[in-house]
Amino acid sequence: MKQRKGRDELPGDKRATGTRGGKGPEEKAPDLSVTIGDLELRNPVMPASGTFGYGREYARLIDLERIGAIVTKGLSLRPKAGNPTPRIAETVGGMLNAVGLQNVGVDAFIRDKLPYLEGIATPVIANFFGNTLEEYGEVAARLADLPGVAAVEVNISCPNVKQGGIVFGTDPQAAHAVVSLVRRRIAKTMIVKLTPNITDITVIARAVEEAGADAVSCINTLTGMSIDIHSRRSRLANVTGGLSGPAIMPVALRMVYQVARQVRIPVIGIGGICSAGDALQFLIAGATAVQVGSANFVEPGVMVSIADGLARFCREQGIDYIRELIGSLVVD
Amino acid sequence: MKDFNTTILSNQEISPGFFRMRVLAPGFEEGLLPGQFVMMRIQRNPAPFLRRPFCIFRTGSLPAECDGLAVREYLELLYKVVGQGTAIMATLHGGDRVDILGPLGHGFDVDFGAGEAILVAGGIGVAPLFMLGETLIRQRRVELLLGARCREEVLAVTEFERQGIETYVSTDDGSLGRKGLVTEVLEQRLKEGTPAAVMACGPLPMLKEIHRICNSYGVPLQVSLESLMGCGVGACLGCVIKGAGHSEQSPRQLTVCEDGPVFRDGDIDWSQWP
Repeated sequence: MKQRKGRDELPGDKRATGTRGGKGPEEKAPDLSVTIGDLELRNPVMPASGTFGYGREYARLIDLERIGAIVTKGLSLRPKAGNPTPRIAETVGGMLNAVGLQNVGVDAFIRDKLPYLEGIATPVIANFFGNTLEEYGEVAARLADLPGVAAVEVNISCPNVKQGGIVFGTDPQAAHAVVSLVRRRIAKTMIVKLTPNITDITVIARAVEEAGADAVSCINTLTGMSIDIHSRRSRLANVTGGLSGPAIMPVALRMVYQVARQVRIPVIGIGGICSAGDALQFLIAGATAVQVGSANFVEPGVMVSIADGLARFCREQGIDYIRELIGSLVVD
Repeated sequence: MKDFNTTILSNQEISPGFFRMRVLAPGFEEGLLPGQFVMMRIQRNPAPFLRRPFCIFRTGSLPAECDGLAVREYLELLYKVVGQGTAIMATLHGGDRVDILGPLGHGFDVDFGAGEAILVAGGIGVAPLFMLGETLIRQRRVELLLGARCREEVLAVTEFERQGIETYVSTDDGSLGRKGLVTEVLEQRLKEGTPAAVMACGPLPMLKEIHRICNSYGVPLQVSLESLMGCGVGACLGCVIKGAGHSEQSPRQLTVCEDGPVFRDGDIDWSQWP
């Protein structure tokens, strides 16, 4: 049965949607939906935590109901002031940041930010971190029973704060411990965000899978730095920061490919994605979904453009379900 | 606010290293407030990766022409070449394309009690004050104190004067107007009588001194701040400053892009800058 609203329909629309390519009026739009744990996403495109605020910042620029999910800024037990400025520095093909996980704290998020997001028909993924094992457990407990939070993403990988999780993200035993703890507190879908600043990312990926993670997202930023030669100072007050943007995409893609072959849970690919073509590379490498990070700053409408581009690609390739592409890399 | 790809009408070097760029911007003027800004994507590929923030100098329109060209509304930026992005920008010509995101941020509050307004500009800091002057002069007397390092850096004076704004120029080297700092001119001026408000844009040391002067004379102050910015919409938190009452325990960070770029004197923790 067709679900067309005659009222909104213009004569030209029938031709545009019904008979393109001469395939007849029954041609269906490709199915872009993917599943992460219990989460059903309308398409595999979502923002990377920290690049999209709490969602509302971009509501005037992008239709929040056209992306797969909304991923919040990383939340902590108490409000966090973050690092001194300068916090960002542009580099070739990307940028460094050392924001230091500034956020309003989990309680203010629930009180001030979540009600707005509950009015948006898109799943909300709350990203969070702790300074200690206990704090991870405490934040998890506060998010566990909120109907407005569809899933959580546990950050065990921020490179910019001493206790921002990097300790948990680089040691398989510590990673296992923190993920097991959160797992005991939270029944809803749990994604664990991994750091690339480690020799073998698959070791951590396997550890968190064993600890009960429903999915892993990789990668967080790569540690880097940039120096002003005249002042001989780092261009970041924190001296080092996390590199993001197209410059890191080949590294991210390689890591997603490696992780996807080592775990059975879904992988969310992150790292320099700016276009549908970039997103497709991650899906083919084995990612079930993707997160778009610093590209949001440059082109606020980019996630919708990517979702549209994925649909176009599927139509052109005769693909009915985008999930057919996941891990479809051809290796001779 | 909207994000649009548009055409440059002109991009002229008006003084060594200083440029004025006009870009086509139909309908941009509607709802635009003095002190707001845009984020411009200078070149699509490869570098620079991020957009750059520019305050809106003014808007205007070119009349229709008999060869069929319609009225063309534009916005105009006044910028100084300071780095890689603006250096590339200076090489753009009429007909080249750029992406503009805006208007962004909170502009000047022009709704205050009776009395005159004094605008204080340091160098390229004159840029956000033109639209402000245009708006204020309709309601009250307006003076502009324009300070710069040298005569080449004194911009747009005649345009302010044409609006009926009394303009006083000072330069560090005395090459135009009075020799000395614009802050000295301001202090001298406040001794003669206090205006309803002071509004300023320029380098931080200048703004700090203006803050001190205005406080000692009890004059309300608004400042337009400059910052490195990633996103321009309050998401990346790259441009934060400490708000009044900020502490590590109860952070009160303000984004220059979204909470600003124009702040009231009392909103800011002035002790954060040496």
